[in-house]
Amino acid sequence: MPSGRYIDPMSIWSYANPVKFLTLSARVQPVLWAAALLSIGIGLAWGFFGTPDDARQGSTVKIIYLHVPAALMAINAWFMMLVASLIWLIRRHHVSALAAKAAAPVGVVMTLIALVTGAIWGQPMWGTWWAWDPRLTSFLILFLFYLGYIALWEAVEDPDTAADLTSVLCLVGSVFAVLSRYAVQFWNQGLHQGTSVPVATGGRTVADVFFYPLVLCMVGFALLFVALVFTRTSTEIRLRRAAALRARAVREV
Amino acid sequence: MKALLLRDLRLALRAGGGFGLALAFFLIVIVLVPFAIGPDPELLRAVAPGVLWLGALLACLLSLDRLLALDFEDGTLELLATAPLPLEGALTIKALAHWLTTGLPLVIVSSVLGVMLGLPSAGYLWVVVSLGLGTPALSVIGTFGAALTVGVKRGGLLMSLLVLPLYVPTLIFGAEAARRGALGLDATTPLLMLAGITCGVVACMPFASAAVLRMGLR
Repeated sequence: MPSGRYIDPMSIWSYANPVKFLTLSARVQPVLWAAALLSIGIGLAWGFFGTPDDARQGSTVKIIYLHVPAALMAINAWFMMLVASLIWLIRRHHVSALAAKAAAPVGVVMTLIALVTGAIWGQPMWGTWWAWDPRLTSFLILFLFYLGYIALWEAVEDPDTAADLTSVLCLVGSVFAVLSRYAVQFWNQGLHQGTSVPVATGGRTVADVFFYPLVLCMVGFALLFVALVFTRTSTEIRLRRAAALRARAVREV
Repeated sequence: MKALLLRDLRLALRAGGGFGLALAFFLIVIVLVPFAIGPDPELLRAVAPGVLWLGALLACLLSLDRLLALDFEDGTLELLATAPLPLEGALTIKALAHWLTTGLPLVIVSSVLGVMLGLPSAGYLWVVVSLGLGTPALSVIGTFGAALTVGVKRGGLLMSLLVLPLYVPTLIFGAEAARRGALGLDATTPLLMLAGITCGVVACMPFASAAVLRMGLR
């Protein structure tokens, strides 16, 4: 987007320039991918083979290494989309809109992983694949929000209009997602245990042996998410550029 | 604004308008439920408030398709967008017209249809009050959904997918208020939450709806 404003080259806004973003993205992607795969690999291997079975849950406890990081990133992906949508609405940086678009499918897969691993764990532990528990229900609603968001991107043809509409949907959806979260809590007290890593209180409900590989997996999933968003955003930028080139070629013929 | 309201009401009430559609759908749902889950009066009494709420919500969702689509097709929306009347106001009026032609009849009919589901007598008041408080929110949120998908060809399914999660808090508090009322419990808390949601969306949603409509019409 052409802009007469002077932008400090050290400022974060300078990466709103697609060329500069692509250069940065090409430089950090290998590092991010390597770090993500390394920490997920080590974390999962450590978790699956290096930790004992739980006294009550047996070996099913080990699904925590997939379930908790996926759930964490499912929420954070939406949060990142919210920030990116705000930046698009306020400053009209195309890279930001494309980053939000790129994050959505990653978020929906994370939500799905959290739901499916939860069901697989719940079957032997709670005796049911699914319960209308507040946390499970909130995730189902989040899943619906992701689907609606992606469907809206696909349905609107003009890319800028699509970016506008999905951004507003993301804002409104965020308000309603929070509202739903408290509504379902009011509606049904659940089976699901409390949060594993309560950041606010600084305590934790997971024993040390399980905790360290879990943290490594959480870091790994976060890195994986960032790496995927970088890769997908670069792809979107190149797709957009290819479409522009094609349009120009048609005009010149 | 008054002229717009009267125009929308007149269009809906005349033949070919969507007036009867939601009502008929609601009636069908309520009549078919006992066939589907069995005639056991105990069971019907237990699910009655929830079924009435669900029927009203689906009937509302069904009629959203016509809320802006017809006006978009014949160009009225573009005129409204360029008219001196702010688009926010126009959309509020459209939501009000939608409520008057679908929400309000549903509220009135629900009290009668409660008989067919064996709703306990204590529950009538609460079902009617909770629907009366909640259906305006459904209309206003629905207007947002309709405005989002107005330019999309065959956007009906997409709109349902977008509106569905937005309806969840309203449904939870509304049905919970009706359920508690029918059981003779204290329904104040969910009712107050429901009223809060309705006030909040009526105050804020028209701005979001008008914003997306402007983007869609551009």
